[in-house]
Amino acid sequence: MLADLSAALLAVGLSAYVVLGGADFGVGIWDLTARDEGLRNRIKRSMSPVWEANHVWLIFVLVVLWTAFPEAFGSIASTLAIPLFLAAVGIILRGAAFALRGEAASMAERRSLGAVFALSSLLVPFFLGTVVGGIASGRVPVGNAAGDELTSWTNSTSILVGLLAIATGAHSAAVFLGADARRGGEEELVRAFRARALGSGVVAGALALAGLVVVSSDAPDLWDGLTSGAALACVIGSGVFGLLTLVLEWRSRFEPARYTVAAAVGAIVAAWALAQEPYILPPELTVAEAAAPDATLAALLGCSAVGMLILLPALAWLYRLTLRGQLDKGSNA
Amino acid sequence: MIDGVLGGGPEQQYLLEARQMQALSFMIHIPLVCFGIAFPAMVIFLEGLWLRTGDPLYKAIAKRWSKAMVILFAIGVVTGTILSFELGLLWPEFMATFGDVFGVAFGLEGFSFFLEAIFIAIYVYGWERLPPKVHIACGIPIVLTGITGSLMVISVNGWMNKPEGFRIENGEVVDIQPFTALFNDNFWHELVHMYLAGTIVAGFLVASVYAAGWLRGNRERRHRICLVVALTFASLTAPAQLLVGDWAARTVAENQPTKLAVFEGLPKTEKGAPLHILGIYEDGEVKYGIEFPKLLSLLAYHDPDATVQGLDAAGPNGIPTNTGINIVRLAFQAMVFAGTFMAMVGVFFLWSWWRKRRLPESVWFLRAVVVLGPLSVATLICGWITTEVGRQPWVVYEVMRTEDAVTGADGIPIGYATLVIIYLSLAAIAGVMLRRLARKPMEA
Repeated sequence: MLADLSAALLAVGLSAYVVLGGADFGVGIWDLTARDEGLRNRIKRSMSPVWEANHVWLIFVLVVLWTAFPEAFGSIASTLAIPLFLAAVGIILRGAAFALRGEAASMAERRSLGAVFALSSLLVPFFLGTVVGGIASGRVPVGNAAGDELTSWTNSTSILVGLLAIATGAHSAAVFLGADARRGGEEELVRAFRARALGSGVVAGALALAGLVVVSSDAPDLWDGLTSGAALACVIGSGVFGLLTLVLEWRSRFEPARYTVAAAVGAIVAAWALAQEPYILPPELTVAEAAAPDATLAALLGCSAVGMLILLPALAWLYRLTLRGQLDKGSNA
Repeated sequence: MIDGVLGGGPEQQYLLEARQMQALSFMIHIPLVCFGIAFPAMVIFLEGLWLRTGDPLYKAIAKRWSKAMVILFAIGVVTGTILSFELGLLWPEFMATFGDVFGVAFGLEGFSFFLEAIFIAIYVYGWERLPPKVHIACGIPIVLTGITGSLMVISVNGWMNKPEGFRIENGEVVDIQPFTALFNDNFWHELVHMYLAGTIVAGFLVASVYAAGWLRGNRERRHRICLVVALTFASLTAPAQLLVGDWAARTVAENQPTKLAVFEGLPKTEKGAPLHILGIYEDGEVKYGIEFPKLLSLLAYHDPDATVQGLDAAGPNGIPTNTGINIVRLAFQAMVFAGTFMAMVGVFFLWSWWRKRRLPESVWFLRAVVVLGPLSVATLICGWITTEVGRQPWVVYEVMRTEDAVTGADGIPIGYATLVIIYLSLAAIAGVMLRRLARKPMEA
């Protein structure tokens, strides 16, 4: 019971990170390909107030994992050390480049910091995606570096999840930025993001479908999980929300698309969690076996409940101020 | 003693490199934590002065400082994330075995970090946008969460040095009490010691920048305000740190007598133990040092004839290597001397401000302040070396050995080298950027 609740907390934190952090990474891709400064400016103004908060979700996920499921954490961190280290390197470079870019003095400086920022925006979600692929396809055994240090993340499921992480992030980012541009009355940018949102949405959808094919041959257990019961409902739900998002984008209705795209991405995470249930490290370690003793879980859940009571209103206020453009120097709000 | 629950795994040849890699990441992160602890208070102090006096100069400085604050916080988020990764990447056995004992503290830290990120964003991007009173009110959670966030991490460190809240039965961790672990016996002194250190470091580093400017001839009112505010924060805390340091040392004597013996290099349990300043620990004794009879007993127990436990009590497997002992002795003594010097400069400043209501004008005072910036960071790191290297060979004091905590994965040297290159380039870039920010003309 407490173990399942803790696993649910983990899934919620992970979904929040994949949606919010993922979009944040996606922004990097549009920054890389932007040809004019208007687009880059919009990106910077949209991102600045929320990016740190978006990334704290990752720390939250790590902490819940090592507190509630310490053995799973140790096994994952040692077997998948390479992609996790590369993701960490990407996180350092990206954060530093973003924080410092505002202070760049010359065009050349801004360009090189921008390139570092954009490149690391691709690397972090890709490597974290390969980690998820390795776990989901059952390649992380219990033990200290007990799994294969290479094939645990260079397999086809891992690569596919990595690419999917990049694509869904880029898609959500285009939607969020389009909505911000609409709010700021920047119609030219709205058109630019509409094209990007539609393009990346189609790519993300195609990758998701390709993913199902890859999983069916590379990770049959995961495939069985995804195609039955509640996980199947989530897979279908994700598809429906994805299509709905494309329709809304087509009609340039970005504000509701913010929510449908978040639902589409969140549903994928939920589908994965449900598909490998009751395992935390398939095919051997279940959530119940990996769980910390009840005293720890109760303390963690209790603290999280109190924490959320304080956190959620604060977070809601931040997003409200941001969505209304009240923290945005360039807008007229 | 206990082995890891993951069952060991392949032997790790690069244990020392793994420890150095972790230490490197801490050294980068900890000075940033100091800014999280103390800088927000300085910024809202200045904003408060603006609200009280209506003088726009105070607001301009607060706004400028809040920009530096957000950059430092952003880099702190990143370096902190790296640390959480490394805990798993380098020490999976430690995390797998004890994550459920101390993890709740990190959970609370996560929330506090979250709130800090939220309110820093609102504060920094909310200048001119929010009513002034709402704006300054948003500063208060930043100050509080800056404190609570690091509080939880310090609690875990205190726990590693004084493990509580669990029992070991047949080699397994049982009967976990997360809150006993959280509020362990080492928690309070480490907490207060680190908070004062944070304020000293942030204060002297900021003051150091402006003192250097002052020596170059920047003496307008803005410069003086910045210098005085930063110096006041540091000078009020530096003398108090001497008392807290004494408390910390006495707690170590009580909780970790072997570690105290490492601080001094005391080979055998002794009544009325001496203290050696400088010198090196070699062949089971301190050579070439200046001996002060009975001083160790006096400092550790406030009694010149008290018995102090020596290194022999723990046996050769329970103490750091000779190199480790020398590193700890050096770091400990450097910390004490530098801390005393900082306290003296602080008292001198406060006295001069109180008697004459002005900055001491001596060039030597300003030069000392310039030096105190980097020196305070070095002292901070010496303090952490003292407590962490002094903990060796244990990761969880007298319960789990560091060599049993390490990962079995390959590639530590490659990771270490990569990290060194990245941190060096980042430090260079950040230095250039912060300098440039300091030189930019003020906006209203």
